[in-house]
Amino acid sequence: MAMKFEKTGEGTYLLDVCGFVCPHPQIYTKKSLEKMNEGDVVEVIFDNPSSGETIIQMCDQAGHDVLENKKEGNKYVIKVKKC
Amino acid sequence: MEEKRNQIWAFVITAALIVISFIYYSVNVFYLYTVVYIWFGFAYGMMLQYGRFCFASASRDLFAAGVPRMAVGVLIALMFFSIIQATLASTNMSTFHPAPFGIHMLIAGVVFGLGMVLSGGCASGSLYKVGEGNMTNLIAVIVGLCIGQAVFVDVGGIFNSLVPASWEHAARLKGLPEYIIRDGWFDKYLAGYVWDQPTIQLSQTAAISNALPGVLKYFIGDALLNAIIPSAVILVIIYRFFSRKGFLKKRAKEKGGKTDFSDDVAGIWNMITASKRTTIMGVLIGITAGMHILVMKGMQIKFGVKNFGELLTQMGYAKDVSLMGEVFDPGYWYITSQEGQFGGWLLEKVGWNMHDNIFFAINNGLPEPLRNPALWMSLGIIFGAMVMARLNNEFKLKWPKGELWVWGLTGGLLMGFGSRPSLGCNIGAFFIRAAGGDPNGWLYGVGMVTGAFFAVKFFNWWTERKMAKEMEAF
Repeated sequence: MAMKFEKTGEGTYLLDVCGFVCPHPQIYTKKSLEKMNEGDVVEVIFDNPSSGETIIQMCDQAGHDVLENKKEGNKYVIKVKKC
Repeated sequence: MEEKRNQIWAFVITAALIVISFIYYSVNVFYLYTVVYIWFGFAYGMMLQYGRFCFASASRDLFAAGVPRMAVGVLIALMFFSIIQATLASTNMSTFHPAPFGIHMLIAGVVFGLGMVLSGGCASGSLYKVGEGNMTNLIAVIVGLCIGQAVFVDVGGIFNSLVPASWEHAARLKGLPEYIIRDGWFDKYLAGYVWDQPTIQLSQTAAISNALPGVLKYFIGDALLNAIIPSAVILVIIYRFFSRKGFLKKRAKEKGGKTDFSDDVAGIWNMITASKRTTIMGVLIGITAGMHILVMKGMQIKFGVKNFGELLTQMGYAKDVSLMGEVFDPGYWYITSQEGQFGGWLLEKVGWNMHDNIFFAINNGLPEPLRNPALWMSLGIIFGAMVMARLNNEFKLKWPKGELWVWGLTGGLLMGFGSRPSLGCNIGAFFIRAAGGDPNGWLYGVGMVTGAFFAVKFFNWWTERKMAKEMEAF
């Protein structure tokens, strides 16, 4: 198990924090957004159910756009555009 | 297919608990007492999991992510629970009792706060996350809350030197058996310090009880002054520092102009209702915790006892109970002491004498796990959460790897150590006491939040390092 933060294209990133429990998925999401430029998009993948609502609310409060929020099997995928 | 399998599991677990309840009832009607704990635990577990209700998250997400969702949920639950507590106290149906007041609450709270953030869940949160299949939290529960606590209350030798001579002297004046007071720092701490501290419950103070004779002292003193007003003030502070800026910015954009006081009121309401799932569960948990007290009091009245230890003795299990004839039987929602008992029971199986300390020998007894009512409440929480997680297809067995072992072990031990000096954890020491009119609850709460703050600082540093390493590639 390792955290992965990859640049997948121009202005697009992937943050994979599967296997991590609270508070790691939300902290890594916050850190990722801090590192990105405005308009960049990050896809966050995690499998800790308790982190989802916090990530969504964190993005909402910071004014970022949540482009996608879905569940794929036991994994959660949230796509966020930094605004 | 996965969905169907989860549903079957949910029904199997529920059915198993129903069967266990009937077996207990058929063995002896006294076990109805245990059955009540099982099902209240089950209800707590379902609600905790559904609402993602975790006290660690309350302060951690605030500091780490600026998200007030859980802090709001906890405060809402506290306010509702305080009203029910006051109603029960006013009808002499409460099992609540305040704890010795002192700086030890604050210090223990800091240690517990550090632990709950490191391990990824508070005492109750860890149990519900075990129900989700999260084995990092199981490590925290078994190693920290069970074994760690039991060791913590029993060690002596060089640890005796941690205790000032004055505590040792005061402890010896309590007339405890020599084999108990001779060796063990925690015994000297309890008998020489904690027992000498005053207990405070606002409704029982001279000022409140003289000014408000009758039942009003419970509603005004315990509920309004000790729980509702402080909670409301904290909600406003959280809004001011974590939600206001973002909300008013959006509001001004929508209105196309300046905002006023009504927008702030709307902002507070928006913060409270931002996560309906958590807020609704906060209300329900508050009400359920109150109902739990009522039903436990009813059980005590039905069987004519004040503690389940009396029933165990009547059933012939005198070895389970303490020298006072009691076992740990809080009469309400409580975590950690029962886990400590389980740890003590395990350690006795490998030859460690746990009957030579105050915690087990005098206060809580050391019952067989199957006859431990509060331990069944904890198991109920795990199974209730498991059922809810299964029904929502959120159950996943996850074994810790790498650094999670360290966080689970360290955090669990700190939670175990932080819940003993205070005679409770985030539930028993904070939630129940703050709602019951005992200012001790807030002292512990301030400690928990302080500990959580520093643990978040640590995690910020840790994750920053790892992010920098990842970003070297681009």
